[in-house]
Amino acid sequence: QEMTVTGVVTDASNGMPLPGVTVAIKGTTIGTITTPDGTYTLKANKGQILVYSFIGYKNVESVIGDQSQINIALDADVIGMEEVVVIGYGTSKKKDLTGSIQTVSADDFNQGVLSSPQQLINGKVAGVQITDGGGAPGEGATIRIRGGSSLSASNDPLIIIDGVPLDNSGVSGMRNPLNVVNPNDIETFTVLKDASATAIYGSRASNGVILITTKKGKASGLQVDYSGNVSVATPASKLDMLSADEYREVLADKFPGNVGLLGTANTDWQDEVYRNAISTDHNLALSGMVVENLPYRLSVGYNNTNGILDESSMERTTASLNLNPSLFDDHLRVNIAAKGMFINNNFSNQGAVGAAISMDPTQVIRGDEYAAYGGYFAWARPDGSPNGNAPDNPRALIDQRVDKSKVNRFVGNAQFDYKFHFLPDLRANLNLGLDMSEGKDDDGIQTLPGAAWDTDAYLRGGGYNTYVQKKENKLLDFYLQYTKALPSIDSRFDVMGGYSWQHFWAENTSGSWFNLPNEDGEYVRDPENLTRNENYLVSFFGRLNYILSDKYYVTFTLRNDGSSRFSEENRWGLFPSVALAWNMKEESFLSNSDVLSTLKMKVGYGVTGQQDIGSDYGYFGTYKSGQPTAQYMYYNSLTGSYDRIPMTTIRPNGYDENLKWEETTTYNVGFDYGFLNNRISGTLDVYLRETKDLLNQIPVPAGANLTNELVTNVGSLENKGFEFTVNATAIQNNDFTWDIGANVTYNQNEITKLTRVEDPNYLGVQTGGISGGTGNLVQIHQVGQAAGSFFVYQQVYDNDGNPIEGVYIDRDENGEFNESDLMVYKQSAPKVMLGLNTSLTYKNWDFSLVGRANLGQYVYNNMASNTGWYNSMQISGEYLNNLNRDVFNTNFNSAQYLSSYYVQKASFFRMDNITLGYDMSDLLNNSFKMRVYSSVNNAFVITGYEGLDPEVSGGIDNNVYPRPRTFLLGVNVTF
Amino acid sequence: CVNDLDVTPIDPNLATADKILDSEEAFYQVLTKIYAGFAVSGQTGPAGDPDLVGFDEGHSQYWRAYFVCQELPTDEAVNGWNDGDLPDISQLDWGANNGFIRQFYYRAIYQVSLANEFIRQANSLGKEEYTNLPQYMAEARFLRALAYWHALDLFGNGVPFVTEDSPIGSVLPLPAGEARGPELFNYIESELMAIVGDTEDDSQVLLDVGQSMGGQANKAAAWMVLAKLYLNHSVYLGETNSEYYTKARTYLNKITSAGYSLITDSEVTDVYTPYERLFLADNYSADSEIIYSINFDGDVSRSYGGMTYVIAASIGGEMTPNEYGMANGWGGNRTTKALVNKFDAADGRALWFTEGQQLEIDQQDQFTHGYAVVKYKNRTRSGGFGTNEGSSDWVDVNVPVFRLADAYLMAAEVDLRLDGSVSAQSLSYLQEIVDRAGVSLPTNVDLDWILDERARELYWECHRRTDLVRFGKFTSGYNWPLKGNSLSGKDVDAKYNLMPIPFTDITANPNLVQNPNY
Repeated sequence: QEMTVTGVVTDASNGMPLPGVTVAIKGTTIGTITTPDGTYTLKANKGQILVYSFIGYKNVESVIGDQSQINIALDADVIGMEEVVVIGYGTSKKKDLTGSIQTVSADDFNQGVLSSPQQLINGKVAGVQITDGGGAPGEGATIRIRGGSSLSASNDPLIIIDGVPLDNSGVSGMRNPLNVVNPNDIETFTVLKDASATAIYGSRASNGVILITTKKGKASGLQVDYSGNVSVATPASKLDMLSADEYREVLADKFPGNVGLLGTANTDWQDEVYRNAISTDHNLALSGMVVENLPYRLSVGYNNTNGILDESSMERTTASLNLNPSLFDDHLRVNIAAKGMFINNNFSNQGAVGAAISMDPTQVIRGDEYAAYGGYFAWARPDGSPNGNAPDNPRALIDQRVDKSKVNRFVGNAQFDYKFHFLPDLRANLNLGLDMSEGKDDDGIQTLPGAAWDTDAYLRGGGYNTYVQKKENKLLDFYLQYTKALPSIDSRFDVMGGYSWQHFWAENTSGSWFNLPNEDGEYVRDPENLTRNENYLVSFFGRLNYILSDKYYVTFTLRNDGSSRFSEENRWGLFPSVALAWNMKEESFLSNSDVLSTLKMKVGYGVTGQQDIGSDYGYFGTYKSGQPTAQYMYYNSLTGSYDRIPMTTIRPNGYDENLKWEETTTYNVGFDYGFLNNRISGTLDVYLRETKDLLNQIPVPAGANLTNELVTNVGSLENKGFEFTVNATAIQNNDFTWDIGANVTYNQNEITKLTRVEDPNYLGVQTGGISGGTGNLVQIHQVGQAAGSFFVYQQVYDNDGNPIEGVYIDRDENGEFNESDLMVYKQSAPKVMLGLNTSLTYKNWDFSLVGRANLGQYVYNNMASNTGWYNSMQISGEYLNNLNRDVFNTNFNSAQYLSSYYVQKASFFRMDNITLGYDMSDLLNNSFKMRVYSSVNNAFVITGYEGLDPEVSGGIDNNVYPRPRTFLLGVNVTF
Repeated sequence: CVNDLDVTPIDPNLATADKILDSEEAFYQVLTKIYAGFAVSGQTGPAGDPDLVGFDEGHSQYWRAYFVCQELPTDEAVNGWNDGDLPDISQLDWGANNGFIRQFYYRAIYQVSLANEFIRQANSLGKEEYTNLPQYMAEARFLRALAYWHALDLFGNGVPFVTEDSPIGSVLPLPAGEARGPELFNYIESELMAIVGDTEDDSQVLLDVGQSMGGQANKAAAWMVLAKLYLNHSVYLGETNSEYYTKARTYLNKITSAGYSLITDSEVTDVYTPYERLFLADNYSADSEIIYSINFDGDVSRSYGGMTYVIAASIGGEMTPNEYGMANGWGGNRTTKALVNKFDAADGRALWFTEGQQLEIDQQDQFTHGYAVVKYKNRTRSGGFGTNEGSSDWVDVNVPVFRLADAYLMAAEVDLRLDGSVSAQSLSYLQEIVDRAGVSLPTNVDLDWILDERARELYWECHRRTDLVRFGKFTSGYNWPLKGNSLSGKDVDAKYNLMPIPFTDITANPNLVQNPNY
């Protein structure tokens, strides 16, 4: 029967009344909120359950009995601080962390992610820049943590999945090295940023570490999860080229002698190669207990992503099994993870992206008169042979090429964690891992007969290319950990020491041949090209944690890494780190503060290394046999018949016996803060990272070695910056929750040294190849500048602000204009990155936004520089090229590839994702949980950049597969 | 475990010196790499695993880079590709960081390093029973001398000087000497004299004329470099010494009396003239005239440089690549009216394609400005295709590095420089040359005529810059389109007679001194 219930809600820690607490009757929408003095009144029935909830406190439920007064004391719930976080070789409570670590778990992942794991956290982690390589299905990404610490060696972070470090070089036939795990199987992404967190991984940790854990079985009854979605991708924008009519007009004006080359059609080549593509994704996971103490999770996934470039697709089937039994009264915990992935890729022909831009819009796509070219229009020479220099028919590029791959990959590991029976504080952990893959073409990369865009294949009846790559990487880790609390001195410590062994092995085979048989009717194949390589890493590592009074923390780690890539003298590298943390909130002067709920200061120092130098044998002299197409031909003129005597060559390779580790020293000062019971919380980190003995490819003194440039240890660079994150719950009440998250990263990269001997005149290392011409470089690594800064001629502008063709500043004022007048101009990496996300929940509805901004970055607009000048319309009267509309801004007649004009501001804000969801569980009487949602990916971009997309990895905008805009409908079901 | 860190290559194509150099054949393959270093650009062919890094691989090929330095700055060739600072070369407007000059510099010194390594290993691992090893070492020394001579000619005496006695690794080589000085000149001379058997130590000697294979160096090849060294000595040493002209005459005499003869014969199946036969896919058979060649082959010796470059870059406009045995034309190199106008109408050596081409160059980047040159063709003398069947860019045409006609012209030049007149013998050589061309000798053969005749006979064979410098006409006193970045041509600073030592090496090696005024 209905009765009136009243009461006071207080804070359990100090007895103070709590206003604003939600008091609701469970299972209904009836409820109220406590008044400023903490009291509430509510009508309810006996036997019903009241739920008291308030942000920052643990929920309390109370059954209504006979009494009408129910007073409740709520315990503070320090959000997240008890959470367990994966760290290198073990786990830690979040509150005990001393390093700069950020975790994103499944609940917080970006929604509506299609196929690539990295998209789950894009924009969510400060200091992490993720740039997708383009819009291809399952495309990989460039991941940079706190800027790049290297120039020539890898700048990719170390990625570890369930304890198995991945080999970053990827797998042939696979677009993305991260494509080893189905995004739906991922439980957490943990990003280790500063050296005190990463140094335990020693020589591979300079660029940060990303730990990925997959979902595991739970000790409960059978749970079935299904998630699925269907999506439509559409081209987000097109590059601004001339239309057919405009083109006719401009050609008649500029090159009236060449109008005879014009066609009669109006073709928008970009429309011809792009499409709206429908994709689907299905995932089914079963978890539970098979028998007692054997939790399992089994999942299968099927993803069929179609790209907006016609024919491009990825079909991926994944299977994952996690078993985590515990034996001997929980003394032995076993974790077995096996992941299999089977991918069929269709690469289509990405050459069509560029061809669709340069192809003359007045030409037809197909025509009877082009029968020799399979019916596709092609620019021909007077004798009817295709003109190999002319733009290729984009449709023919797609239709006359078959480029598919099949990739199988298995990553598995078995981890045994044994708590000693006689000494439970001591644990032994053994991890055995295997990462195997085979990537190969599927039925040859075929260039079909008649393909005018490949003159060799055209003349020889079409061609085939094949490749097979096999990889096998093995891992053995073993460590002992001893954990002890010493209440007498209010201390806790744990000490860990271990050994790790890894072997990386790869074999590549490739070959090619043409369809045209020789006079004996044989299809002559070029001999297969086979390479094989391996390297080993052997390491010893240890860590000591000491915690005093839950206020003062010390962590010390040390790793000694040995790599087969260095000579005996330089083989071993020692990588120490030390970190201190101070939980200031626990100090008496803060512990009573009601406003401040968390304040922790962390100071860290550490040294990490880099050995990913691309060569496995760079430190000793090797001799290399040439391939059969790089022989030298002698003719035996002594016989008079001039017999051909081809001879294979053997080349001595250059080497640097002093090659050694690259070393990055990181200093980090960080704060964790929280206000109002952590309703507002976040972190602030300031860091400095100095890399010395930079592995850098530099010119060696001519004559000193057997090469002109060598990867050697010279130079140094630094990255400094800060990261700030804030997460806040703006509103939380019974029906409505509004969370806001933001992060800001500022990073400045500067090369501080590049030569052994200080030389102010040293120019630096030019880099940054572009499309257009051959061997043109527009970037430079120069001392005092950010790595990869642009290196161009300083454009002179007229009074109206238009560039004057071919007029540049004579920077060295010597009266001659040549390459000595190039200048360093702007950087390609963003100076500031912002990540923004917000989510709103109203009753059963949820709505979220995720966006990112990069500020202070510049892009070399290669699309405009390569097709934005009038002479490029016609080359010697042979064929026509379309023009970028940018030509109307510049009026350039000739190519000005090295003009600073093309280095353009490319700051942007991108709305990565908008999602609206509805929880239908209520409607289904909670018999099972179901949520339906709809989202838009890549919803819009705000930028002043005039090219297709301002987000370009490496800073040179050319031929990127455009990122699509994707609309998605999905459902998650659990029962 | 820890011992796993001691690795040896598992790649079937890779080994350490002691493992691979275990036979005479292996030494021969290492020697062949030095030869191949003039032809291909890396160990994969046509591209991949390059010898030099940091460059476009095709650009960095020896003969392509040499062609760029020897032909593009002269009246014989123009290129307007938008390839970095390449247009500056045709304009004689390069700086110390020009990428194309840099590429040749490093390639030439690389060849020296390869030869040094071969000699070093032969000295330490070679065995008594490897009976051909001394001859191989002589060939390696020839190839080193050839590369050094090119380096001396382009960059002067200040280039880094390394021999088989120099260590490999983190060392800073010393320059041979000052920009104009005798050290490198003397070294090249002594090396060449040793390997032709003209010194006391004749343990490592080249094969005699008639004993070598096509593409292999014999004594005449070394005589030719010696003669060139002597003929140009006043440029290299900064002063004239008639003794050197006498020495040049000595070696030219050896060449002209070694049994070589100009190609003048033809067969009924020939579709090209005897002169053109020197530049065809089967020019290996023109070995009566060609003294030394760098060989290419469409099947096994492929590169984006070398003859592929010389031919493909010369095809564009209305030309049909297939006609020249190519799948593609790259539309780059043409010639200027300064060369075209040197020819009589009757001269059969004027091999131009003019349809759609204008003689005047108004724009450097338009292939149709300037006549196209069709001297080199990847076709056989009977009009057939080579190994590529006309369906790829990989050619069979060998580079005629040295040929008898050049020696004839040099002999006449030496006469003029020593005696002021041309000897009857030399005059008969010149007569053979003009007869084959279908023109006649002037009544008075003087040095100016020699310089022009060298252009007519030897254009696009990478002699031109050297010749113009020797005649004092490279930077001033004679102009041609685009010189000095002027359409009509104008004088440029005398510093351009020497190319700059690349900035990158000046920086990497503080022992080096930049050439004057760069």
